[in-house]
Amino acid sequence: MSLETLRIAPGFESYMPKEYVDLVERGPYGRDVKVSELGTFKEVLEEHPMCAGCAMTLFIRVALIGLPCPEHTVILGTAGCGRLALSQASIPFIYGNYGDTNGVASGLKRGLEIRFPNQTKDVVVMAGDGGLSDIGFSCVMHSWFRKEKFTTVMLDNEVYGNTGGQESGMTNKGMVLKMAPFGKKFEKMDMIGLAKTAGVAYIARLAPTNPTRIANVIRKAVLIAREVGPTYVQAYTSCNIEYAIPTPKVMDDARAVEKDRYGFMEIISDEAKAYLERIEQEKKSKAKAVAGT
Amino acid sequence: MKGSLLSMATATVSPRYQVLPGPEGLLPPSACAMGVELPQDGEGLVEGVIVSEDKAFKAAARALLTRRNPTLFPGPLVVWGWNKHTEEKASMVLEIAAEIPGVKIIPMPDYRPIYPKIDPEAVINPCHPNLTIWHNKIEACIFVGVHCHFANVTLKMVRAGTNCYTIALCAEAGHEDAMASVPRCGTEKLHKMVEALRQVKKEGLTPWALTADGKRELAAEREQKKKQREAIAASAPQFAHELVAGLDENEE
Repeated sequence: MSLETLRIAPGFESYMPKEYVDLVERGPYGRDVKVSELGTFKEVLEEHPMCAGCAMTLFIRVALIGLPCPEHTVILGTAGCGRLALSQASIPFIYGNYGDTNGVASGLKRGLEIRFPNQTKDVVVMAGDGGLSDIGFSCVMHSWFRKEKFTTVMLDNEVYGNTGGQESGMTNKGMVLKMAPFGKKFEKMDMIGLAKTAGVAYIARLAPTNPTRIANVIRKAVLIAREVGPTYVQAYTSCNIEYAIPTPKVMDDARAVEKDRYGFMEIISDEAKAYLERIEQEKKSKAKAVAGT
Repeated sequence: MKGSLLSMATATVSPRYQVLPGPEGLLPPSACAMGVELPQDGEGLVEGVIVSEDKAFKAAARALLTRRNPTLFPGPLVVWGWNKHTEEKASMVLEIAAEIPGVKIIPMPDYRPIYPKIDPEAVINPCHPNLTIWHNKIEACIFVGVHCHFANVTLKMVRAGTNCYTIALCAEAGHEDAMASVPRCGTEKLHKMVEALRQVKKEGLTPWALTADGKRELAAEREQKKKQREAIAASAPQFAHELVAGLDENEE
Protein backbone atom coordinates (compact mmCIF):
# COMPACT_ATOMS: atom_id res chain seq x y z
CA MET A 1 0.00 0.00 0.00
CA SER A 2 1.02 3.59 -0.30
CA LEU A 3 -0.25 6.75 1.33
CA GLU A 4 -2.62 7.44 -1.56
CA THR A 5 -4.44 4.17 -1.03
CA LEU A 6 -4.24 3.98 2.74
CA ARG A 7 -7.67 5.43 3.21
CA ILE A 8 -10.98 3.78 3.83
CA ALA A 9 -13.54 3.74 1.03
CA PRO A 10 -16.30 6.29 1.68
CA GLY A 11 -19.19 4.67 3.51
CA PHE A 12 -17.10 1.91 5.09
CA GLU A 13 -15.57 3.96 7.89
CA SER A 14 -18.07 2.71 10.46
CA TYR A 15 -17.64 -0.94 9.43
CA MET A 16 -13.85 -1.04 9.63
CA PRO A 17 -12.40 -2.51 12.83
CA LYS A 18 -10.93 0.06 15.20
CA GLU A 19 -7.45 -1.33 14.59
CA TYR A 20 -7.54 -0.27 10.96
CA VAL A 21 -9.12 3.11 11.59
CA ASP A 22 -6.34 3.77 14.11
CA LEU A 23 -3.72 2.72 11.58
CA VAL A 24 -5.06 5.23 9.07
CA GLU A 25 -5.53 8.04 11.56
CA ARG A 26 -2.66 7.46 13.99
CA GLY A 27 -0.30 5.13 12.17
CA PRO A 28 3.38 5.85 11.56
CA TYR A 29 2.86 6.34 7.85
CA GLY A 30 4.13 9.45 6.12
CA ARG A 31 5.86 10.85 9.19
CA ASP A 32 8.82 10.23 11.42
CA VAL A 33 7.97 8.53 14.69
CA LYS A 34 10.40 8.03 17.52
CA VAL A 35 10.69 5.29 20.09
CA SER A 36 10.14 7.95 22.74
CA GLU A 37 6.70 8.55 21.24
CA LEU A 38 5.60 4.95 21.84
CA GLY A 39 2.06 4.96 23.13
CA THR A 40 1.06 8.05 21.17
CA PHE A 41 0.80 6.42 17.75
CA LYS A 42 -0.59 3.19 16.41
CA GLU A 43 2.23 0.72 15.90
CA VAL A 44 2.40 -1.51 12.83
CA LEU A 45 2.84 -4.54 15.09
CA GLU A 46 1.00 -5.01 18.35
CA GLU A 47 -0.61 -8.41 18.87
CA HIS A 48 1.49 -11.43 18.00
CA PRO A 49 1.61 -15.14 18.74
CA MET A 50 5.23 -15.28 19.97
CA CYS A 51 6.25 -16.81 23.30
CA ALA A 52 5.91 -14.70 26.44
CA GLY A 53 9.11 -12.80 27.12
CA CYS A 54 10.50 -13.29 23.61
CA ALA A 55 13.33 -10.82 23.02
CA MET A 56 12.97 -11.28 19.28
CA THR A 57 9.48 -9.80 19.39
CA LEU A 58 10.72 -6.80 21.32
CA PHE A 59 13.44 -6.28 18.73
CA ILE A 60 11.03 -6.63 15.80
CA ARG A 61 8.50 -4.27 17.34
CA VAL A 62 11.09 -1.56 17.88
CA ALA A 63 12.85 -2.22 14.57
CA LEU A 64 9.59 -1.60 12.71
CA ILE A 65 9.37 1.81 14.39
CA GLY A 66 12.79 2.57 12.92
CA LEU A 67 11.73 2.02 9.32
CA PRO A 68 12.07 5.39 7.62
CA CYS A 69 9.14 4.84 5.28
CA PRO A 70 6.92 1.94 6.40
CA GLU A 71 4.25 2.65 3.77
CA HIS A 72 6.81 1.95 1.04
CA THR A 73 8.59 -0.99 2.65
CA VAL A 74 8.38 -4.69 1.89
CA ILE A 75 9.70 -7.20 4.42
CA LEU A 76 10.90 -10.67 3.55
CA GLY A 77 11.20 -13.48 6.02
CA THR A 78 11.38 -17.21 6.08
CA ALA A 79 10.50 -20.18 8.25
CA GLY A 80 11.31 -19.51 11.89
CA CYS A 81 9.91 -17.61 14.82
CA GLY A 82 10.32 -14.10 13.43
CA ARG A 83 7.86 -14.52 10.61
CA LEU A 84 5.05 -15.26 13.08
CA ALA A 85 5.21 -11.64 14.20
CA LEU A 86 6.37 -10.13 10.92
CA SER A 87 3.52 -11.58 8.91
CA GLN A 88 1.10 -9.93 11.30
CA ALA A 89 2.58 -6.44 10.98
CA SER A 90 0.75 -4.00 8.75
CA ILE A 91 3.62 -3.91 6.31
CA PRO A 92 3.66 -6.11 3.20
CA PHE A 93 5.42 -9.36 4.06
CA ILE A 94 6.77 -12.03 1.73
CA TYR A 95 7.40 -15.48 3.12
CA GLY A 96 10.43 -16.71 1.21
CA ASN A 97 11.31 -20.36 0.89
CA TYR A 98 13.90 -21.42 3.41
CA GLY A 99 17.22 -20.22 2.07
CA ASP A 100 16.18 -17.96 -0.75
CA THR A 101 15.19 -14.76 1.09
CA ASN A 102 18.12 -12.71 -0.20
CA GLY A 103 17.66 -14.07 -3.72
CA VAL A 104 13.98 -13.11 -3.65
CA ALA A 105 14.83 -9.73 -2.12
CA SER A 106 17.33 -9.05 -4.93
CA GLY A 107 14.73 -9.69 -7.60
CA LEU A 108 12.06 -7.81 -5.70
CA LYS A 109 14.20 -4.72 -5.20
CA ARG A 110 15.15 -4.62 -8.87
CA GLY A 111 11.56 -5.21 -9.93
CA LEU A 112 10.25 -2.47 -7.66
CA GLU A 113 12.80 -0.03 -9.10
CA ILE A 114 11.46 -0.72 -12.59
CA ARG A 115 7.81 -0.72 -11.57
CA PHE A 116 8.02 2.42 -9.41
CA PRO A 117 10.75 4.62 -10.95
CA ASN A 118 9.54 7.70 -9.08
CA GLN A 119 9.03 6.12 -5.68
CA THR A 120 11.74 4.59 -3.56
CA LYS A 121 10.67 1.23 -2.18
CA ASP A 122 12.66 -0.22 0.70
CA VAL A 123 13.24 -3.95 0.91
CA VAL A 124 14.24 -5.49 4.24
CA VAL A 125 15.06 -9.13 4.86
CA MET A 126 14.40 -10.07 8.47
CA ALA A 127 15.11 -13.71 9.23
CA GLY A 128 16.75 -15.91 11.78
CA ASP A 129 20.29 -17.16 12.09
CA GLY A 130 19.32 -20.49 10.54
CA GLY A 131 17.60 -18.84 7.60
CA LEU A 132 20.48 -16.49 6.86
CA SER A 133 23.72 -18.05 8.01
CA ASP A 134 22.98 -21.74 7.41
CA ILE A 135 20.31 -22.50 4.85
CA GLY A 136 20.28 -19.07 3.21
CA PHE A 137 24.04 -18.54 3.41
CA SER A 138 24.71 -18.73 -0.32
CA CYS A 139 21.95 -16.26 -1.23
CA VAL A 140 23.04 -13.88 1.53
CA MET A 141 26.68 -13.85 0.47
CA HIS A 142 25.91 -13.48 -3.22
CA SER A 143 23.47 -10.63 -2.63
CA TRP A 144 26.27 -8.85 -0.75
CA PHE A 145 28.85 -9.56 -3.43
CA ARG A 146 26.43 -8.26 -6.06
CA LYS A 147 25.93 -5.12 -3.94
CA GLU A 148 22.16 -5.50 -3.91
CA LYS A 149 20.53 -2.46 -2.37
CA PHE A 150 18.54 -3.84 0.51
CA THR A 151 18.93 -4.46 4.22
CA THR A 152 19.49 -7.85 5.81
CA VAL A 153 18.58 -8.14 9.49
CA MET A 154 19.57 -11.30 11.29
CA LEU A 155 17.42 -12.18 14.30
CA ASP A 156 20.17 -14.14 15.98
CA ASN A 157 18.73 -16.36 18.71
CA GLU A 158 21.65 -18.75 18.27
CA VAL A 159 19.41 -21.79 17.82
CA TYR A 160 16.65 -23.28 15.66
CA GLY A 161 14.08 -22.30 18.24
CA ASN A 162 11.01 -23.01 16.15
CA THR A 163 11.85 -26.67 15.59
CA GLY A 164 12.94 -27.78 19.01
CA GLY A 165 16.47 -26.57 19.61
CA GLN A 166 18.93 -27.69 16.94
CA GLU A 167 22.29 -25.91 16.79
CA SER A 168 22.81 -23.34 14.06
CA GLY A 169 26.01 -21.91 12.61
CA MET A 170 25.52 -18.96 14.95
CA THR A 171 25.31 -21.09 18.11
CA ASN A 172 28.30 -20.72 20.38
CA LYS A 173 30.90 -23.49 20.53
CA GLY A 174 30.21 -26.01 23.26
CA MET A 175 26.57 -25.03 23.67
CA VAL A 176 24.40 -27.98 24.66
CA LEU A 177 20.87 -27.84 23.31
CA LYS A 178 17.93 -30.22 23.28
CA MET A 179 18.83 -31.41 19.80
CA ALA A 180 22.59 -30.92 20.21
CA PRO A 181 23.20 -33.05 23.32
CA PHE A 182 26.98 -33.36 22.85
CA GLY A 183 27.45 -29.62 22.52
CA LYS A 184 28.31 -27.68 19.39
CA LYS A 185 31.67 -28.68 18.00
CA PHE A 186 32.75 -25.54 16.10
CA GLU A 187 32.86 -21.81 16.59
CA LYS A 188 30.03 -19.34 16.03
CA MET A 189 30.14 -18.14 12.42
CA ASP A 190 31.67 -14.72 11.94
CA MET A 191 28.95 -13.17 9.80
CA ILE A 192 30.18 -9.67 10.66
CA GLY A 193 33.62 -10.56 9.28
CA LEU A 194 32.06 -12.09 6.17
CA ALA A 195 29.95 -8.97 5.63
CA LYS A 196 33.09 -6.87 5.93
CA THR A 197 34.88 -9.03 3.39
CA ALA A 198 31.94 -8.76 1.02
CA GLY A 199 32.08 -4.96 1.21
CA VAL A 200 28.74 -4.40 2.92
CA ALA A 201 28.25 -0.64 3.26
CA TYR A 202 26.88 -0.64 6.79
CA ILE A 203 27.24 -3.37 9.40
CA ALA A 204 25.86 -3.24 12.91
CA ARG A 205 25.77 -5.68 15.80
CA LEU A 206 23.53 -5.06 18.77
CA ALA A 207 21.47 -6.55 21.57
CA PRO A 208 17.89 -5.39 22.29
CA THR A 209 18.85 -3.43 25.39
CA ASN A 210 18.37 0.06 24.03
CA PRO A 211 15.17 0.67 22.01
CA THR A 212 16.28 4.01 20.59
CA ARG A 213 19.50 2.46 19.37
CA ILE A 214 17.60 -0.34 17.62
CA ALA A 215 15.38 2.13 15.78
CA ASN A 216 18.36 4.32 14.85
CA VAL A 217 20.37 1.39 13.53
CA ILE A 218 17.49 0.12 11.40
CA ARG A 219 16.81 3.60 10.06
CA LYS A 220 20.46 4.07 9.08
CA ALA A 221 20.66 0.61 7.54
CA VAL A 222 17.56 1.13 5.39
CA LEU A 223 18.59 4.62 4.27
CA ILE A 224 22.10 3.51 3.32
CA ALA A 225 20.73 0.51 1.44
CA ARG A 226 18.63 2.84 -0.69
CA GLU A 227 21.58 4.70 -2.13
CA VAL A 228 24.89 3.08 -1.31
CA GLY A 229 24.65 -0.70 -1.13
CA PRO A 230 23.83 -3.71 1.00
CA THR A 231 23.54 -3.29 4.76
CA TYR A 232 23.59 -5.89 7.52
CA VAL A 233 22.26 -5.75 11.06
CA GLN A 234 22.93 -8.65 13.41
CA ALA A 235 20.77 -8.58 16.52
CA TYR A 236 21.02 -10.85 19.53
CA THR A 237 17.45 -11.93 20.19
CA SER A 238 17.60 -14.72 22.74
CA CYS A 239 15.29 -17.72 22.68
CA ASN A 240 14.11 -17.90 26.26
CA ILE A 241 12.49 -21.29 25.63
CA GLU A 242 15.43 -23.20 24.17
CA TYR A 243 17.99 -21.45 26.39
CA ALA A 244 15.69 -21.82 29.44
CA ILE A 245 15.86 -18.15 30.38
CA PRO A 246 13.08 -17.31 32.87
CA THR A 247 10.72 -14.79 31.32
CA PRO A 248 11.45 -11.97 33.80
CA LYS A 249 15.20 -12.48 33.26
CA VAL A 250 15.22 -12.09 29.45
CA MET A 251 16.47 -8.51 29.51
CA ASP A 252 19.03 -9.35 32.21
CA ASP A 253 20.35 -12.01 29.87
CA ALA A 254 20.43 -9.52 26.97
CA ARG A 255 22.44 -7.07 29.06
CA ALA A 256 24.83 -9.77 30.25
CA VAL A 257 25.39 -11.13 26.74
CA GLU A 258 25.84 -7.60 25.42
CA LYS A 259 28.51 -6.93 28.03
CA ASP A 260 30.21 -10.25 27.51
CA ARG A 261 30.33 -10.82 23.74
CA TYR A 262 27.61 -8.95 21.86
CA GLY A 263 28.54 -5.30 22.42
CA PHE A 264 27.19 -2.63 20.11
CA MET A 265 29.37 -2.32 17.02
CA GLU A 266 28.97 -0.32 13.84
CA ILE A 267 31.09 -0.51 10.70
CA ILE A 268 30.23 2.12 8.13
CA SER A 269 31.87 2.81 4.77
CA ASP A 270 33.08 6.32 3.92
CA GLU A 271 30.52 6.58 1.16
CA ALA A 272 27.71 5.59 3.52
CA LYS A 273 28.94 8.05 6.14
CA ALA A 274 28.99 10.88 3.59
CA TYR A 275 25.51 9.94 2.43
CA LEU A 276 24.10 10.00 5.97
CA GLU A 277 25.72 13.39 6.60
CA ARG A 278 24.21 14.70 3.37
CA ILE A 279 20.66 13.64 4.22
CA GLU A 280 21.08 15.01 7.73
CA GLN A 281 22.11 18.36 6.25
CA GLU A 282 19.19 18.30 3.85
CA LYS A 283 16.81 17.55 6.69
CA LYS A 284 18.18 20.44 8.74
CA SER A 285 17.94 22.96 5.91
CA LYS A 286 14.43 21.77 5.13
CA ALA A 287 13.42 22.26 8.77
CA LYS A 288 15.02 25.72 8.72
CA ALA A 289 13.12 26.64 5.57
CA VAL A 290 9.83 25.48 7.12
CA ALA A 291 10.57 27.46 10.29
CA GLY A 292 11.38 30.53 8.20
CA THR A 293 8.10 30.54 6.25
CA MET B 1 -8.18 -34.31 -25.92
CA LYS B 2 -11.46 -33.55 -27.62
CA GLY B 3 -13.13 -36.33 -25.67
CA SER B 4 -11.90 -35.10 -22.32
CA LEU B 5 -13.08 -31.54 -23.00
CA LEU B 6 -16.49 -32.91 -23.94
CA SER B 7 -16.73 -34.89 -20.73
CA MET B 8 -15.82 -31.81 -18.66
CA ALA B 9 -18.60 -29.85 -20.38
CA THR B 10 -21.08 -32.62 -19.63
CA ALA B 11 -20.01 -32.51 -15.99
CA THR B 12 -21.17 -28.93 -15.59
CA VAL B 13 -24.41 -29.29 -17.51
CA SER B 14 -25.35 -32.34 -15.50
CA PRO B 15 -22.99 -32.18 -12.58
CA ARG B 16 -21.63 -35.22 -10.86
CA TYR B 17 -20.47 -32.91 -8.10
CA GLN B 18 -22.73 -30.32 -6.51
CA VAL B 19 -21.32 -27.30 -4.72
CA LEU B 20 -23.73 -27.17 -1.79
CA PRO B 21 -23.59 -25.55 1.66
CA GLY B 22 -21.53 -27.72 4.00
CA PRO B 23 -20.26 -28.72 6.37
CA GLU B 24 -18.56 -31.05 3.96
CA GLY B 25 -15.84 -32.10 6.40
CA LEU B 26 -12.14 -31.51 6.47
CA LEU B 27 -10.47 -30.91 3.08
CA PRO B 28 -13.33 -31.07 0.60
CA PRO B 29 -12.14 -31.44 -2.99
CA SER B 30 -11.93 -28.22 -4.98
CA ALA B 31 -14.95 -27.94 -7.25
CA CYS B 32 -12.59 -27.35 -10.16
CA ALA B 33 -10.96 -30.75 -9.58
CA MET B 34 -14.43 -32.30 -9.63
CA GLY B 35 -15.12 -30.98 -13.12
CA VAL B 36 -16.99 -27.75 -12.36
CA GLU B 37 -16.12 -25.13 -14.95
CA LEU B 38 -16.05 -21.38 -14.62
CA PRO B 39 -18.83 -19.35 -16.26
CA GLN B 40 -18.23 -16.95 -19.13
CA ASP B 41 -19.22 -13.31 -19.14
CA GLY B 42 -23.03 -13.16 -19.15
CA GLU B 43 -23.27 -16.46 -17.28
CA GLY B 44 -23.22 -17.41 -13.62
CA LEU B 45 -22.58 -20.48 -11.55
CA VAL B 46 -25.16 -21.91 -9.15
CA GLU B 47 -24.20 -24.94 -7.07
CA GLY B 48 -21.74 -26.08 -9.74
CA VAL B 49 -24.04 -25.60 -12.74
CA ILE B 50 -23.55 -22.88 -15.34
CA VAL B 51 -26.72 -20.82 -15.68
CA SER B 52 -27.59 -17.42 -17.09
CA GLU B 53 -26.34 -14.41 -15.17
CA ASP B 54 -29.89 -13.39 -14.22
CA LYS B 55 -30.61 -16.83 -12.76
CA ALA B 56 -27.43 -16.69 -10.72
CA PHE B 57 -28.30 -13.26 -9.33
CA LYS B 58 -31.79 -14.47 -8.48
CA ALA B 59 -30.50 -17.59 -6.71
CA ALA B 60 -28.08 -15.41 -4.73
CA ALA B 61 -30.86 -12.97 -3.85
CA ARG B 62 -33.11 -15.79 -2.64
CA ALA B 63 -30.37 -17.21 -0.43
CA LEU B 64 -29.58 -13.81 1.05
CA LEU B 65 -33.21 -13.05 1.80
CA THR B 66 -34.24 -16.42 3.17
CA ARG B 67 -31.28 -17.74 5.13
CA ARG B 68 -30.26 -16.73 8.67
CA ASN B 69 -28.00 -13.75 9.33
CA PRO B 70 -27.16 -12.67 5.78
CA THR B 71 -23.75 -11.01 5.76
CA LEU B 72 -21.54 -9.10 3.36
CA PHE B 73 -17.81 -9.74 3.51
CA PRO B 74 -16.20 -6.89 1.57
CA GLY B 75 -12.52 -7.52 0.86
CA PRO B 76 -9.58 -5.15 0.47
CA LEU B 77 -10.57 -4.18 -3.06
CA VAL B 78 -13.79 -2.72 -1.68
CA VAL B 79 -13.03 -1.37 1.78
CA TRP B 80 -9.93 0.62 0.82
CA GLY B 81 -10.20 3.67 -1.41
CA TRP B 82 -7.74 2.52 -4.08
CA ASN B 83 -9.21 4.64 -6.87
CA LYS B 84 -12.44 6.12 -8.17
CA HIS B 85 -13.57 2.83 -9.68
CA THR B 86 -13.22 0.88 -6.43
CA GLU B 87 -14.99 3.66 -4.55
CA GLU B 88 -17.91 3.33 -6.96
CA LYS B 89 -17.94 -0.40 -6.35
CA ALA B 90 -17.84 0.18 -2.61
CA SER B 91 -20.87 2.42 -2.79
CA MET B 92 -22.70 -0.20 -4.88
CA VAL B 93 -21.87 -2.86 -2.26
CA LEU B 94 -23.54 -0.62 0.33
CA GLU B 95 -26.57 -0.42 -1.96
CA ILE B 96 -26.73 -4.21 -2.00
CA ALA B 97 -26.57 -4.20 1.80
CA ALA B 98 -29.41 -1.68 1.97
CA GLU B 99 -31.69 -4.15 0.16
CA ILE B 100 -31.16 -6.99 2.65
CA PRO B 101 -33.03 -6.54 5.94
CA GLY B 102 -31.00 -7.52 9.00
CA VAL B 103 -27.77 -7.63 7.01
CA LYS B 104 -24.36 -7.52 8.68
CA ILE B 105 -21.25 -6.06 7.07
CA ILE B 106 -18.05 -7.65 8.34
CA PRO B 107 -14.96 -6.57 6.41
CA MET B 108 -11.88 -8.52 5.41
CA PRO B 109 -9.53 -5.51 5.35
CA ASP B 110 -6.41 -7.53 4.52
CA TYR B 111 -5.04 -11.06 4.54
CA ARG B 112 -2.63 -10.91 7.46
CA PRO B 113 -2.97 -13.87 9.76
CA ILE B 114 -4.51 -12.60 12.98
CA TYR B 115 -3.30 -14.47 16.05
CA PRO B 116 -3.71 -15.20 18.91
CA LYS B 117 -7.37 -14.43 18.29
CA ILE B 118 -9.70 -12.43 16.12
CA ASP B 119 -12.79 -10.49 17.01
CA PRO B 120 -15.32 -12.43 14.92
CA GLU B 121 -17.91 -9.68 15.21
CA ALA B 122 -15.54 -7.11 13.73
CA VAL B 123 -13.54 -8.91 11.10
CA ILE B 124 -13.25 -12.02 8.94
CA ASN B 125 -9.82 -13.46 8.24
CA PRO B 126 -9.00 -15.74 5.28
CA CYS B 127 -6.86 -17.95 7.51
CA HIS B 128 -9.89 -18.96 9.59
CA PRO B 129 -13.09 -17.56 8.05
CA ASN B 130 -15.14 -20.29 9.73
CA LEU B 131 -14.68 -18.60 13.14
CA THR B 132 -16.55 -15.49 12.03
CA ILE B 133 -19.28 -17.55 10.37
CA TRP B 134 -19.75 -19.83 13.37
CA HIS B 135 -19.76 -17.00 15.89
CA ASN B 136 -22.34 -14.93 14.03
CA LYS B 137 -24.41 -17.96 12.89
CA ILE B 138 -24.18 -16.76 9.31
CA GLU B 139 -26.02 -18.92 6.79
CA ALA B 140 -25.68 -16.74 3.67
CA CYS B 141 -22.89 -14.41 2.69
CA ILE B 142 -21.37 -12.47 -0.17
CA PHE B 143 -17.64 -12.24 -0.75
CA VAL B 144 -16.84 -9.21 -2.86
CA GLY B 145 -13.52 -7.50 -3.49
CA VAL B 146 -11.42 -10.39 -2.21
CA HIS B 147 -8.38 -11.33 -4.30
CA CYS B 148 -8.86 -14.65 -6.11
CA HIS B 149 -6.21 -16.73 -4.35
CA PHE B 150 -7.55 -15.86 -0.90
CA ALA B 151 -11.18 -16.18 -2.01
CA ASN B 152 -10.46 -19.72 -3.20
CA VAL B 153 -8.95 -20.73 0.13
CA THR B 154 -11.68 -19.00 2.11
CA LEU B 155 -14.57 -20.46 0.12
CA LYS B 156 -13.22 -23.98 0.51
CA MET B 157 -12.76 -23.54 4.25
CA VAL B 158 -16.27 -22.17 4.63
CA ARG B 159 -17.71 -25.08 2.64
CA ALA B 160 -15.64 -27.53 4.69
CA GLY B 161 -16.74 -26.38 8.13
CA THR B 162 -19.97 -24.41 7.98
CA ASN B 163 -23.49 -24.52 6.57
CA CYS B 164 -23.13 -21.08 5.00
CA TYR B 165 -24.37 -20.42 1.46
CA THR B 166 -21.48 -18.56 -0.17
CA ILE B 167 -21.87 -16.06 -2.99
CA ALA B 168 -18.81 -14.75 -4.80
CA LEU B 169 -19.27 -11.55 -6.78
CA CYS B 170 -15.96 -11.67 -8.56
CA ALA B 171 -14.26 -9.01 -10.68
CA GLU B 172 -12.37 -11.71 -12.58
CA ALA B 173 -13.37 -15.22 -13.63
CA GLY B 174 -15.75 -16.26 -10.85
CA HIS B 175 -15.32 -18.99 -8.23
CA GLU B 176 -16.31 -22.63 -8.57
CA ASP B 177 -16.15 -23.17 -4.82
CA ALA B 178 -18.92 -20.67 -4.10
CA MET B 179 -22.53 -21.85 -4.17
CA ALA B 180 -23.36 -18.92 -6.46
CA SER B 181 -20.88 -16.86 -8.42
CA VAL B 182 -20.95 -14.26 -11.18
CA PRO B 183 -17.75 -13.31 -13.02
CA ARG B 184 -16.59 -9.87 -14.25
CA CYS B 185 -18.60 -8.06 -11.58
CA GLY B 186 -18.14 -4.33 -12.11
CA THR B 187 -20.52 -1.67 -10.84
CA GLU B 188 -23.04 -2.51 -13.57
CA LYS B 189 -23.34 -6.14 -12.49
CA LEU B 190 -23.39 -5.21 -8.82
CA HIS B 191 -26.36 -3.04 -9.68
CA LYS B 192 -28.01 -6.11 -11.23
CA MET B 193 -27.60 -7.79 -7.83
CA VAL B 194 -29.48 -4.87 -6.26
CA GLU B 195 -32.21 -5.25 -8.88
CA ALA B 196 -32.44 -9.01 -8.28
CA LEU B 197 -32.93 -8.44 -4.55
CA ARG B 198 -35.66 -5.89 -5.26
CA GLN B 199 -37.31 -8.25 -7.74
CA VAL B 200 -37.34 -11.23 -5.38
CA LYS B 201 -38.85 -9.10 -2.62
CA LYS B 202 -41.46 -7.79 -5.06
CA GLU B 203 -42.41 -11.38 -5.87
CA GLY B 204 -43.63 -11.67 -2.30
CA LEU B 205 -40.73 -13.35 -0.51
CA THR B 206 -40.54 -12.35 3.15
CA PRO B 207 -36.94 -11.69 4.15
CA TRP B 208 -35.65 -13.78 7.08
CA ALA B 209 -35.13 -10.68 9.24
CA LEU B 210 -38.82 -9.82 8.94
CA THR B 211 -40.10 -13.29 9.83
CA ALA B 212 -41.08 -14.04 13.44
CA ASP B 213 -37.98 -16.21 13.91
CA GLY B 214 -35.69 -13.60 12.41
CA LYS B 215 -37.14 -10.78 14.50
CA ARG B 216 -36.80 -12.83 17.67
CA GLU B 217 -33.21 -13.80 16.92
CA LEU B 218 -32.10 -10.30 15.98
CA ALA B 219 -33.78 -8.80 19.04
CA ALA B 220 -32.07 -11.36 21.28
CA GLU B 221 -28.74 -10.56 19.63
CA ARG B 222 -29.22 -6.83 20.16
CA GLU B 223 -30.04 -7.43 23.79
CA GLN B 224 -26.99 -9.65 24.29
CA LYS B 225 -24.67 -7.08 22.68
CA LYS B 226 -26.12 -4.33 24.85
CA LYS B 227 -25.37 -6.40 27.94
CA GLN B 228 -21.83 -7.09 26.70
CA ARG B 229 -21.20 -3.39 26.09
CA GLU B 230 -22.44 -2.54 29.57
CA ALA B 231 -20.29 -5.25 31.13
CA ILE B 232 -17.22 -4.00 29.25
CA ALA B 233 -17.92 -0.41 30.26
CA ALA B 234 -18.30 -1.45 33.89
CA SER B 235 -15.09 -3.47 33.98
CA ALA B 236 -12.87 -1.24 31.81
CA PRO B 237 -9.73 0.01 33.56
CA GLN B 238 -9.79 3.67 34.50
CA PHE B 239 -6.76 5.71 33.50
CA ALA B 240 -5.78 8.71 35.56
CA HIS B 241 -5.20 10.74 32.41
CA GLU B 242 -4.92 10.41 28.68
CA LEU B 243 -1.78 8.66 27.44
CA VAL B 244 -0.49 11.44 25.23
CA ALA B 245 2.98 12.14 26.55
CA GLY B 246 4.49 8.82 25.50
CA LEU B 247 7.19 6.95 27.33
CA ASP B 248 10.35 8.36 28.84
CA GLU B 249 13.06 9.36 26.45
CA ASN B 250 15.72 6.69 26.20
CA GLU B 251 18.28 8.42 24.08
CA GLU B 252 21.77 7.02 23.80
